[in-house]
Amino acid sequence: MWINVKFFASLRELMNRAETRVELPEGGSVEDVWLAATDGREQPANVLAAVNMEYVDFSAPVSDGDEVAFFPPVTGG
Amino acid sequence: MPVEVLTTPFNPWQRLADYEARPQAPHGRIGATAVFVGSMRDFNQDDDVRAMTLEHYPGMTEGYLERISAEAGERWGLLDTLILHRVGELAPQDPIVLVAVWSSHRREAFEACRWLMEELKSKAPFWKRETLADGSARWVEQNTPG
Repeated sequence: MWINVKFFASLRELMNRAETRVELPEGGSVEDVWLAATDGREQPANVLAAVNMEYVDFSAPVSDGDEVAFFPPVTGG
Repeated sequence: MPVEVLTTPFNPWQRLADYEARPQAPHGRIGATAVFVGSMRDFNQDDDVRAMTLEHYPGMTEGYLERISAEAGERWGLLDTLILHRVGELAPQDPIVLVAVWSSHRREAFEACRWLMEELKSKAPFWKRETLADGSARWVEQNTPG
């Protein structure tokens, strides 16, 4: 299955890209998406994840065509 | 209960006046209006800040703000809410955010306005990058406590 991946803010700069696409075996999780999209990079502290624009834990399952976003703690307002 | 992410400077008081002047506003039923306006400071963590860039996650940001507006409306029985938030390049004293809440009584207005701001600051996907007086730039890593 194919997953669309987005990085925001400091994480985008760290990864040197705003988005990518990764292929995963069925049954993968957000954690697997992270590993595939970052070449196994260790997660910086406090990284947050969203699947299809909803906050999730890294153990959450993903499906073909999902949009998975990774970003640092938010600082709006 | 509209929400809007704005890419250019805005005047929150003008926007508020325009919004309240709409013919469909719940005139007559409003007993309390609570408004919060957040602006850009020219200092952070003892450093002089000259400029700021605000980034967001298009789609998720608006969806999240709409959800908390609906939740506040339900929880406090509000008459209406309005949330406006800037992104892009900001200068010191530029307004960043407007949260306005209309209700029949003051307790609901005060509580819902505060709750909306804290929810926005803790979960709405916005990120600030600030440029300091020496020209260096850094991402803001966390918000100041409410």
